[in-house]
Amino acid sequence: MLSDYEIAALLLSLKVSSVAVLFSLPFGIVCAWILARCEFPGKSLFDSLIHLPLVLPPVVIGYILLISMGRQGSIGALLYDWFGWSFSFSWRGAALAAAIVSFPLMVRAIRLSFESVDIRLEQAARTLGSNRLRVFFTITLPLTLPGIVSGMVLAFARSLGEFGSTITFVSNIPGETRTIPLAMYSFIQTPGAEHEAARLCVIAIIIAVLSLTASQWLARKAQQRVAA
Amino acid sequence: MLTIDINKQLGDLDLQVNAQIPMQGICAVFGRSGAGKTSLVNILGGLSTPDNGQLTLGNSHLYHQQQKINLPPERRRIGYVFQEARLFPHYSVRGNLNYGNKDKDQVHFDTVVTLLGLNELLTRYPSTLSGGEKQRVAIGRALLTRPQMLLMDEPLAALDLPRKRELIPYLLKLAKNLNLPIIYVSHSLDEILQLADTMLVLDKGKVLVNGPLQEVWDSAEMRPWLPAKEQSSLLTATITDLNTSYRMSKLALADGTYLWINGLPLPVGSKLRVRIHANHVSLCLTRPQDSSIRNILPTKIIEIIHSQSSDNVQVKLAFGDDHIWANITPWACDDLALTVGQAVYAQIKGVSMTESELAQSF
Repeated sequence: MLSDYEIAALLLSLKVSSVAVLFSLPFGIVCAWILARCEFPGKSLFDSLIHLPLVLPPVVIGYILLISMGRQGSIGALLYDWFGWSFSFSWRGAALAAAIVSFPLMVRAIRLSFESVDIRLEQAARTLGSNRLRVFFTITLPLTLPGIVSGMVLAFARSLGEFGSTITFVSNIPGETRTIPLAMYSFIQTPGAEHEAARLCVIAIIIAVLSLTASQWLARKAQQRVAA
Repeated sequence: MLTIDINKQLGDLDLQVNAQIPMQGICAVFGRSGAGKTSLVNILGGLSTPDNGQLTLGNSHLYHQQQKINLPPERRRIGYVFQEARLFPHYSVRGNLNYGNKDKDQVHFDTVVTLLGLNELLTRYPSTLSGGEKQRVAIGRALLTRPQMLLMDEPLAALDLPRKRELIPYLLKLAKNLNLPIIYVSHSLDEILQLADTMLVLDKGKVLVNGPLQEVWDSAEMRPWLPAKEQSSLLTATITDLNTSYRMSKLALADGTYLWINGLPLPVGSKLRVRIHANHVSLCLTRPQDSSIRNILPTKIIEIIHSQSSDNVQVKLAFGDDHIWANITPWACDDLALTVGQAVYAQIKGVSMTESELAQSF
């Protein structure tokens, strides 16, 4: 039904997006919590910084990644020396690009959810003998779950669609960084491959619909658990 | 003993509380809304920090500004029942109860569950509970942390009258069975009469009066809080005799005096708190011989207050260690030429002491 080529692009897309979401989630939760609960000088600057990928052209992000995280880049060189990690021209780079581009969406959703958690419930938990950390993990985080789920889904969807920064940062290498959007781009650039492009278009639509349905189901489950 | 000596500026309100509260029974904190009642219990519970002063429970400081001690709420071992139950929506009733139950003592758990009638509710979730049920779970949850003191901030205020009636017996059982000191914030004098042993009155952030309920109730500071028809005296009495043919109970008061009350469904030996409305007390210079009123007490006038606002005179009468107040007209006061120190007879319309005005205690 699907050609090897399509399967490779599809699996790569799913892998890149999942890894991007899972690895950015802890940072997303921390940033969302800081934005929702802390007051400090420079908070609006921090807020803008997190939202920057939302407004910057993805190509710009790809370019910044290329010069900072590439093997010759300032941070990328250090990471390679210390840990042997390399992002350039690999699917990990694609995941990093996707994570950065989708980060603002994730933080926004989780932050809203943190803000809606009733602080009075946390106070009640404190009077029942729980320290701040236990309160966070037993009260705050579970009540934030619907927001975390929707943040993850938004970020996943944004990652699936990521094109500009990926192609700039890690290029368009079949089987390594050629996700569905990049594969479609290649077909559109190739004369006579309209049929393949159309097939990928249908696959993209199917994934989108499936993930939206799944997210709604998950969000409903999560909401039921915390309904007051 | 809980010793409070704290200061906190809250917007326009300057909360300055200096009081000692015994570590037994129920202490009611009374005051108008905005008097600082909730702020005070939040400070006791550690949910807010005073500007300066100290808080000592037993021998240990909860807060001491000079020594830089400020125990966080989780280390104060003070239970807190809020006005809204604040149950955790993602935990079942059992989960809520066990949230702060560190030692998992099954016997204690069963005792609390039985005391509060929570057996049927254990597997349900807070969203399916009624207001009264939620509040009972909240009380149980606080009790299971084995607190050394319990704070209750208007726990009945959010409930309708039937739910209040449902919950009050549980609260009475609590104070009686568990021997747990309770600080009970309320603006309802009825609740306080039914529940409290001592009372602290807050006004504009300051302690107006603090002490045993009866003393506070009789104090001059308390007068302005009670509208004329509510002005009343509290007496502690013991049922010593029953007149079965007239269905009257004889209540012994201090100093060998007694009152007759009808239709009390209580056995001999029961202790009661009797509330006598000042409007139901009249005065005679000589003992009336042919009055329909059964309850006539020999008393002495110890205070006469001519109130400016209302057209009556409040007379404070002493007999033994007890006091009662009488409301009379200025005309009567002048006609009888009442003076402080004079001996008078107080006539109490016994029938007016209906059951709702008998706040049962102990």
